[in-house]
Amino acid sequence: MREITYRQALNEALSEEMERDQSVFLMGEDVAVYGGAYGVTLNLMQKFGEKRVRDTAISEAAIIGAGLGAAITGMRPVVEIMYIDFMGICLEQIGNQVAKIRYMFGGKTRVPLVIRTEGGAGRTLGAHHSQSLESWFIHVPGLKVIMPATPADAKGLLKSSIREDNPILFIEHKMLYNVKGPVPEGEYLLPIGKADVKRPGKDATVIAYSRMLYSTLEAAKRLAEDGIEVEVIDPRTLLPLDMETIAESVRKTHRAIIVEEDTKTGGTGAEIGMQIMENCFDELDAPVLRIAGADIPMPKSAVLEKLAIPDADRIYREIKSLVM
Amino acid sequence: MTIYTMTIITKNEARHLLKQMMQIRQFEDAIMDLMARNIAEGGSHLYAGEEACAVGAMAAIRKDDYITSTHRGHGHAIAKGGSLPELMAEILGKETGVCKGKGGSLHLADVSKGNLGANGIVGGSIGIATGAGLSIQLRGADQIVLCFFGDGATNTGLFHESLNMAGKWKLPVVFICENNLYGMSVSVERACAVNDLTKKAAPYNMPAECCDGMDVLAVKDTVAKYAALARKGDGPAFIVCNTYRYYGHSRSDPRIYRTKEEEKSWRDRDCIMAFGRKMQEQTVLTEKEVADLEKEVTAELEAAVDFAIKSPDPKPEELYRDVYFEM
Ligand SMILES: Cc1ncc(C[n+]2csc(CCOP(=O)(O)OP(=O)(O)O)c2C)c(N)n1
Ligand SMILES: [Mg+2]
Repeated sequence: MREITYRQALNEALSEEMERDQSVFLMGEDVAVYGGAYGVTLNLMQKFGEKRVRDTAISEAAIIGAGLGAAITGMRPVVEIMYIDFMGICLEQIGNQVAKIRYMFGGKTRVPLVIRTEGGAGRTLGAHHSQSLESWFIHVPGLKVIMPATPADAKGLLKSSIREDNPILFIEHKMLYNVKGPVPEGEYLLPIGKADVKRPGKDATVIAYSRMLYSTLEAAKRLAEDGIEVEVIDPRTLLPLDMETIAESVRKTHRAIIVEEDTKTGGTGAEIGMQIMENCFDELDAPVLRIAGADIPMPKSAVLEKLAIPDADRIYREIKSLVM
Repeated sequence: MTIYTMTIITKNEARHLLKQMMQIRQFEDAIMDLMARNIAEGGSHLYAGEEACAVGAMAAIRKDDYITSTHRGHGHAIAKGGSLPELMAEILGKETGVCKGKGGSLHLADVSKGNLGANGIVGGSIGIATGAGLSIQLRGADQIVLCFFGDGATNTGLFHESLNMAGKWKLPVVFICENNLYGMSVSVERACAVNDLTKKAAPYNMPAECCDGMDVLAVKDTVAKYAALARKGDGPAFIVCNTYRYYGHSRSDPRIYRTKEEEKSWRDRDCIMAFGRKMQEQTVLTEKEVADLEKEVTAELEAAVDFAIKSPDPKPEELYRDVYFEM
């Protein structure tokens, strides 16, 4: 299969869906002329025109609000918030309006809105451009939260998201845009809410998503050299979580580890770990382990930034000491 | 064609203004070079071209006044009296940096100098400036606040909420919009419902004025006028400085949204060249004095870069320090 980057896979998904459905349009800061801060929407304005690929002012709350208004009145907007760190500005619109409107209206409306954003550390951009804030959103019933790690997952899940009649928060990772991988051409849809076993194993279940999937797979390879076979599961969708796939694996391995880049306290791992306890407590031979980011604002210094988030080395060491 | 007016200015003041503008320009050029050599990592939004705004504005206020800055904040930090080596070290994320390497370019702050910080969030410091103004009013002090932000920030909600609050409570804040025509790639024309940004202050009961942001004395005079009013208790004002950033928005910006001709037309009006020339025409400074100043600044920058590069990285135990204040 041909290999393209995560960025190209996303661009292809947007382009195909815009061709397929006239009601799909894009809107956000620097998405049109510039092609997106990270180049995801490159050339789409040239292809589909300024009406369907719209540069907005720096107005995150209005981007979300207008996206919602358009979504409940016949359009399928895909809006971009340049960095997840800027979500605070539009959190009201997402939390109170986007996520709740269908329920509050007694199920009488649908919200086919995709909010694309990116997060994560790795570029030494400091505390306002490096956060992993997914756990803010898995606390919001009514939203679906997707975090693809591979180019193929990025394409398949973005296409499905655009066709979904529920609001989706689609979180990319700034360090993955140049990652290459095989991606099917044309129609390729992946189910939302379905995890993927990225590496089979029997000694422990490691749940890892977004950029941490790569560090975890690297650690898994080294563990295999030591004779430890871990099963690596990428939930891909964090809300709703595919507990079935995770529980099935834990029942087999009897150990569970969650690797996450976000800050540990109140993080995604807390939720996944608790669900594992609720579902497979009797199966566990060891406490659920979280390997997570430090509970601090992200520092600028490259040295401190590296210490603040898990890397393959730390994942390897911590899993090894749990399994041995 | 620029019409030069005679301005009464002392040699010392001319030297000071010119030197600060040169410091900022060379500081930004040094960062450009460090980025090219992969010594400076991460983003840096450079202020080259806009020097007259920060330098002129800061020349109009007192040392004990406050400022708030933006993601494009190196110039404000230098003009507010920041130390070049400490600022440069911060941009490289070093232990000796003004924020101990934890803030970086996007969060340059120097509270000891009254600089309440750059900000990674566009518009994010406008509320902080308003609150500093409120504190001054509550304390009965006679300080003021200069709140810097870009044209793009005038489209944020916080801008409008803050100007309304400052206008209603007559807070001593001078809001300074550095209109460099673009917010990243989106021009004022494409982003704003009005092109004349002074109109944005109209609903908030404060005077608004435009000035030539490429002319350091014009900026200084305009800011001085409204700073005096704010200090007297007459409330806030809104100033738009028309200016231009020479480099791309950030390192990766190919600048496809503007033309080479437009860039040249602004560089032809370069604030440092224009002011140096004017001071020579008015015999305030000699050609040699200007050239010597340039050399002096080059030596300072070399020392600052050297200091920053040789400085150690923060120690691992710094990771969890400073999250909370501990007695
Ligand atoms: C809330 C928010 N939205 C978007 C961004 C990304 N961003 C950083 S600078 C910038 C443009 C800002 O334009 P302007 O206010 O005119 O300042 P300039 O960069 O021109 O100095 C954008 C969109 C951000 N940092 N914060
Ligand atoms: Mg601007």
